Amino acid sequence: MNMQTGMKLSVAETALCEAYDHAIGDLPGDGAVLAARDTLISDFKDAGLPTRRVEAWHYTDLKALLRAVPAFDPAASAAKTSPLVEGSTVLSVVNGLADARATVEGVTVRTFKDALADGTAAEGLAARDGDDAIGRINGSFVRDGFVLDIAAGTELAAPLEIQTVQNAGQTHTRFPVAFGANTKGTLIERHTAVGETAALVTSISDIALGDGADITWVILQTQGAADTHLGQIRITLGADAQLRLYVINAGGKLVRQEIHVVVAGEGADLKLRGINLLGGETHNDVTFTVGHDVPNTTSTEVIRNVIFDRARGVFQGQIRVAPDAQKTDAKMSCNTLLLSDEADFSAKPELEIFADDVQCGHGATVIDIDHVQLFYLMARGIPENKARAMLVNAFVAEIVEELEDEPLVEALEGVIAAWLEKHA
Amino acid sequence: MLEIKNLHARIAEDGTEIIRGLNLTVKAGEVAAIMGPNGSGKSTLSYILSGREDYEVTEGEILYNGESILELDPAERAAKGIFLAFQYPVEIPGVATMQFLKVAMNEQRKARGEAELTTPDFMRRVKEASAELKIAPEMLRRPLNVGFSGGEKKRAEILQMSLLEPKLCVLDETDSGLDIDALKIVADGVNALRSPDRAVIVITHYQRLLDYIVPDTVHVLYKGQVIKSGDKTLAHELEANGYADIIGAAAA
Repeated sequence: MNMQTGMKLSVAETALCEAYDHAIGDLPGDGAVLAARDTLISDFKDAGLPTRRVEAWHYTDLKALLRAVPAFDPAASAAKTSPLVEGSTVLSVVNGLADARATVEGVTVRTFKDALADGTAAEGLAARDGDDAIGRINGSFVRDGFVLDIAAGTELAAPLEIQTVQNAGQTHTRFPVAFGANTKGTLIERHTAVGETAALVTSISDIALGDGADITWVILQTQGAADTHLGQIRITLGADAQLRLYVINAGGKLVRQEIHVVVAGEGADLKLRGINLLGGETHNDVTFTVGHDVPNTTSTEVIRNVIFDRARGVFQGQIRVAPDAQKTDAKMSCNTLLLSDEADFSAKPELEIFADDVQCGHGATVIDIDHVQLFYLMARGIPENKARAMLVNAFVAEIVEELEDEPLVEALEGVIAAWLEKHA
Repeated sequence: MLEIKNLHARIAEDGTEIIRGLNLTVKAGEVAAIMGPNGSGKSTLSYILSGREDYEVTEGEILYNGESILELDPAERAAKGIFLAFQYPVEIPGVATMQFLKVAMNEQRKARGEAELTTPDFMRRVKEASAELKIAPEMLRRPLNVGFSGGEKKRAEILQMSLLEPKLCVLDETDSGLDIDALKIVADGVNALRSPDRAVIVITHYQRLLDYIVPDTVHVLYKGQVIKSGDKTLAHELEANGYADIIGAAAA
């Protein structure tokens, strides 16, 4: 099919196409799922991996950056790990296979594998649009994950942790999660790795918040230094729903996290907080779009990036306000601490506003360590390297502390401190 | 304890000379007041003593207990017992006040080859010292200096000073922005630290603070030089007559 465009497939593209032919025999799914998969892989063969010529991928030329794709490795061994926050209920996906044995009151848990097998997952497999490379790859190969339904009115007593642990090979997971009306709680989505062998992980979370739901969702990506992580979070917010979405990247070599939000109910509020800790040769792209589709909704987006070595960071943020979405209040900021001359950061904010009575703004800064703050700490006897580490930590800890959930704040600060200890 | 000899210093960025041949000696146990009009180099002197990189010493010497400190960075000077109470304490969002105090105390102890404080010992010290300075525990739970009023920031500086137990304390306009009650609390805190083996340099515009922290010596700084030294009566004289007479006499 690639002959139609005369496009030459890259090594990674060829590997993915061949992997599909090998895997399709034992990928779960009924006829509808199989048809959806065939469409996705066929579209993938036609379009290939996106290059910089595709606007949405301008700063992340996936075709050039994804050099190779590790083969599926059923023999790779990994085990689930203890939760980020003690007392959480863990739902794990180890090397691509979900363990749905945990039970939580008010929460219906199914594996995504079952939803594929009975065809209920088929409709959701379609790509978002013609540039949705992550949707195509994930939808072609997805094997497991969890389908969670949180009954209306449920208040989760402890965090729910979805955990994917990967060791080499490939994993493709999906997590459709529906929070019923007036639910409250915290969900932690962790992507972690054992070992340093390169792995390819794609994951899509499809999150719907019912009216009045009040949810904290934390994505913590701490994969191995050779790993590729292609993540996508699709969100719909109902009326008066509140979502605090934290996206923390502290691992991986090639990372793209897409966050697509539809603010669909009046009175809804989104708080996106992003922390990207980048070192070595990492290329990390966070691409965010939010559509304020109805009047009287709010969103704030704060992204903090810390970049060492030869790492590259990208943030693309787009706020769209529909013509009748009056009184929208949306503010986006992206602040970057560049700690090496060879580090690089690109920010692309976009506002598309079709309503006239709105407050929307964005700002981006690139800074170095504040030398007055550094002097103050040193003047108290704190040696320079330690004082610098404290300031870098403070730059990102500030937004973690907004969570006002002490065990979660402590756990995340622990992850950040450990990363800085290793990279600073 | 401190000997400054023919010190010349300039702003590193643009080369403006601020300190022009300054001489000053402060003995252990002494409280020395440094007064002078705006722009005379008072704050610059405090920054140079603590090692701020924005200033460059081009000539002269600063000896602390007989040793030059010019090659030491701010942290090394602090570990040797030099403390600057900032005129404008710096706000650092994301650094918890308690964590900062603990790290500072323990890093100084480490640099001096002493054991780190245990958490209960640290907590006890902070509790005692903050009670003396009427610092509420809620204030210590905030990020460093963030959301502190002007008076709270100054009291927090004195709290750090009493916890770190420095040997040479430099107070840079600690009285600015303080009401009379806060001034008394701060002065009591400083007076409690007076001891035969510790020196205090009080930089101020006003006699008012010196009613509460009574100095042993008073030095008038003008255009980067000490142009007159005396005892506490010199401060009263300045309060009554201003700097014009002294500046005129020095120029003559």
